[in-house]
Amino acid sequence: MTLHAKGNGGWVGRSIRRLEDPALVTGQGRFTADLPAAKWVRFVRSTVASGRIVRIVAPPGATILTAADVAAVKPIRPMLHKFNYVPISQPALASDVVRFVGEPVAAVVANTREEAEDLGDLIEIELAETTAVVDARQALAPGAPRVHAQAIGNVIVEGTYRSPGFDAVMASAHRRIEIDICSRRQSALPLEPRAAHAAWDRATRRVTLTCTTQMPHAMRTIIADLIGMREADLRVIAPDVGGGFGQKMSLCPEYLIVTWLARQLKTSVAWTEDRRENLIACFHSRDQHILLAGGFDADARLIALAADIASNIGAYSCYPTTCGVEPLMAMVEMPGPYDVREYACIARGVATNTCPMAPYRGVSRPVITFAIERLMDKAAAALAIDPVEIRRRNLVKSFPYTTATGLVLDPASYVETMEAAVKAGDLSSFRARQSKARAQGRYHGLGVATFAERTGYGTPAFAARGMEITPGWETVDIAMDPSGSIEARIGASPHGQGLRTTLAQIIADELGTSPDRVNIVHGDTDRTPYGWGTFASRSLVIAGGATLLAAQKVGSKLRTMAGVLLEASADDIVLAGDAARVAGTDRVIALDELARAAYHQIHRFKGEVTPGIAETATYDPPGTFSNACHIAMVEVDIETGHVFVEKFLVAEDAGRLINPMIADGQIHGGIAQGIANALLEEIVYDDAGNILTANLADYLAPTAGEIPAIEIHHLHSLAEGSVTKAKGLGEGGTIGAPAAILNAINDALSPFGVAIDELPATPRKIRAALQAAGVK
Amino acid sequence: MIEKAPITLNINGQDYTVSVEPRRTLVDVIRDDCGQTGTHIGCEHGICGACTIIVEGEAVRSCLMFAIQADGKRIRTVEGLADGDRLHPLQTAFMAHHALQCGFCTPGFLMLAVNALETNPNITDEEILEVLSSNLCRCTGYQNIIKAVRSTAHEMRRAPAS
Repeated sequence: MTLHAKGNGGWVGRSIRRLEDPALVTGQGRFTADLPAAKWVRFVRSTVASGRIVRIVAPPGATILTAADVAAVKPIRPMLHKFNYVPISQPALASDVVRFVGEPVAAVVANTREEAEDLGDLIEIELAETTAVVDARQALAPGAPRVHAQAIGNVIVEGTYRSPGFDAVMASAHRRIEIDICSRRQSALPLEPRAAHAAWDRATRRVTLTCTTQMPHAMRTIIADLIGMREADLRVIAPDVGGGFGQKMSLCPEYLIVTWLARQLKTSVAWTEDRRENLIACFHSRDQHILLAGGFDADARLIALAADIASNIGAYSCYPTTCGVEPLMAMVEMPGPYDVREYACIARGVATNTCPMAPYRGVSRPVITFAIERLMDKAAAALAIDPVEIRRRNLVKSFPYTTATGLVLDPASYVETMEAAVKAGDLSSFRARQSKARAQGRYHGLGVATFAERTGYGTPAFAARGMEITPGWETVDIAMDPSGSIEARIGASPHGQGLRTTLAQIIADELGTSPDRVNIVHGDTDRTPYGWGTFASRSLVIAGGATLLAAQKVGSKLRTMAGVLLEASADDIVLAGDAARVAGTDRVIALDELARAAYHQIHRFKGEVTPGIAETATYDPPGTFSNACHIAMVEVDIETGHVFVEKFLVAEDAGRLINPMIADGQIHGGIAQGIANALLEEIVYDDAGNILTANLADYLAPTAGEIPAIEIHHLHSLAEGSVTKAKGLGEGGTIGAPAAILNAINDALSPFGVAIDELPATPRKIRAALQAAGVK
Repeated sequence: MIEKAPITLNINGQDYTVSVEPRRTLVDVIRDDCGQTGTHIGCEHGICGACTIIVEGEAVRSCLMFAIQADGKRIRTVEGLADGDRLHPLQTAFMAHHALQCGFCTPGFLMLAVNALETNPNITDEEILEVLSSNLCRCTGYQNIIKAVRSTAHEMRRAPAS
């Protein structure tokens, strides 16, 4: 099946303006916090990282909920059926112990948000503090406090892998190169904080929960399950959602409480988190240590790779992915785009007294790419070859390629994207500038990162992890109404990705119409088929694939109908220009006439077609890998440790681009987050588990001043594993940029013999490394 | 109970007379009491700029101002940028250059940039970058916001508004 331009359509591949934009630029977007409510909730949170709740005192007359009041609400208990997973539970409100600063302990309800906040300040929670453990490696150490009694050594999930020939091949290596890297903790930081609004409907006795979520259907199922209500009595709406990046795909206890309250109080109840709550109590990510050892042969070929991965999962396991999401992805995908047959790994998810971890754009891959790309540069230096050359020798070149851990890399362009980036970057002239500048005491550096980005995961990929909740497929319903307008209802739940536009482009080409005749409905469990939502660079691949398949069915029906009315074979009918035409003739019927006939004059089709125009398709692909090479050029100020990013280059391959403008926007945004990951953003805990970065003056998100111009080059390996030939690309920017920037910094610092192997590379850390090396 | 004060806010040419507690921020009153929810709240401590509006010709963070401080003042929000169905050139440029994704920061960026273009018609590309670094966007990586504002500045210089 191919996606070809029909008639004069050709919408696919064009950078048309987004259908989402007119409302958003005029202030007509509809976000959760815009809704008025009768009652407002404020959560009162733990002020200690570890402790026992001694008592909770509320002012007289205050409406306050504690764990005892919501005893009927089941705890959040995500399940994984493999990898020695130890099930752990998070109560909606902490019952006897607290496990992180920010954990909800009580909820107060008032008539306005301000009153709820006032009351919240008057609630006294007496806590008997116990010793907290904050760092993953400390949590693994003997004698560390146990965050959950049942998790010995604080290990919640443990994956191991060892290829049969590993030991012998590693032992035979010409050189063994080791690297110890760490990524500090970060927040996905969507600009819209979390918000939930639950409204009771007296007539139907249903609750409508409007909330900032990336997966409304899964939220409906789990919230109904945990509250103990019929799923049919709950409607979940994800209206306009102000960014998610993974942070809004997990279930948070706050949404459970708000929904429960609407049923109890039989009214509308709302909660909007403030930025401080978002930074201390909404899912974090990226907190990992990785010890990596590479065995290289005399030709600098990586012949064996060993990894020890410790992922700090925080105090609880996230639903639905579970806390296995980071360590297990790291284990399976660590070899990345490199051809290495022998691999050994231990990957552990470790509980600590910190905010729970959940997916953030790229999940483990920004960290594992950082690890293996630093290893490649370190090996190149040790073996005295160019960093580009060592990658050239080791990248996978023939496809399909089955990795050591059994992933199948579909046709891609690992070498070609790198060569394209190298050419665009004019590396030789950079090296000339670099050495000239060094003579003048200025330190420039260039960093390369190549990577594979697994996208559009179908069911088998998630099933391999043993996930109780196994997402993968998507369903799309497409209908044409009697006036010829087209509506596609999708289970995916876009929140900035422009999916309404790209899906409309796909449908317009199939049906010979234009995207503005197509309305995409999403984010409402009453209006859309069950689906998994938008995350993991999946929507354009999976919902896009289902859209194409459903549109092909609609197209087929339209051709059959036109064939009957125009007395021609359906095979001779072409859909173009909002009409069905017998190819090569002037016999034509407008789509809206056909649509009207399908509903009002079905007798004209002589029993050959069923009434109406409505088709459904489901798509569950094997998954496909897009790929890219990032090159960063930086200057490091040796006196201050400041890093200035001079240039950022991307050569990327995501197969067929449905809308290149939107694709580039995804790359820009991802790279900005990746640069922030590399240089700026860090959630800092003190040893007692207090967060020291609870506002945006301390947690440094990048501004326009920190992000350089980004140059993008596209290659197009058309994916057989995707019916639209499109691969996902939502996460690539975040995956490659940290490695490219850190490699560039280390290149700049190479004259001093220091290495920075920690994300983010802040000025303080760079200065400390230089000082340790004796540089004043 | 905190005593309320009557105030009048002139938002996009329309007077809203409301009674507010003196502690309430301007953005809360614009959104909750005046129903103009196009202005968004991203941090409530003056860093992100999602709540940027124009008060008496100046771009301000409406989360850092009390509503009573704006009593009697002329306020412009994103809802007032277009002239009926005719969009402001910057709104059109944001769409043409894909300067928004989720759209949550967009109203703040639009008001920030409109104010800069109006108060400094000869604004340079460097000055635009400086102004835009006031606000946070988490989706776009800023490249296309910068392009949209620069192209609008160039366009407005070529054809000044009549």
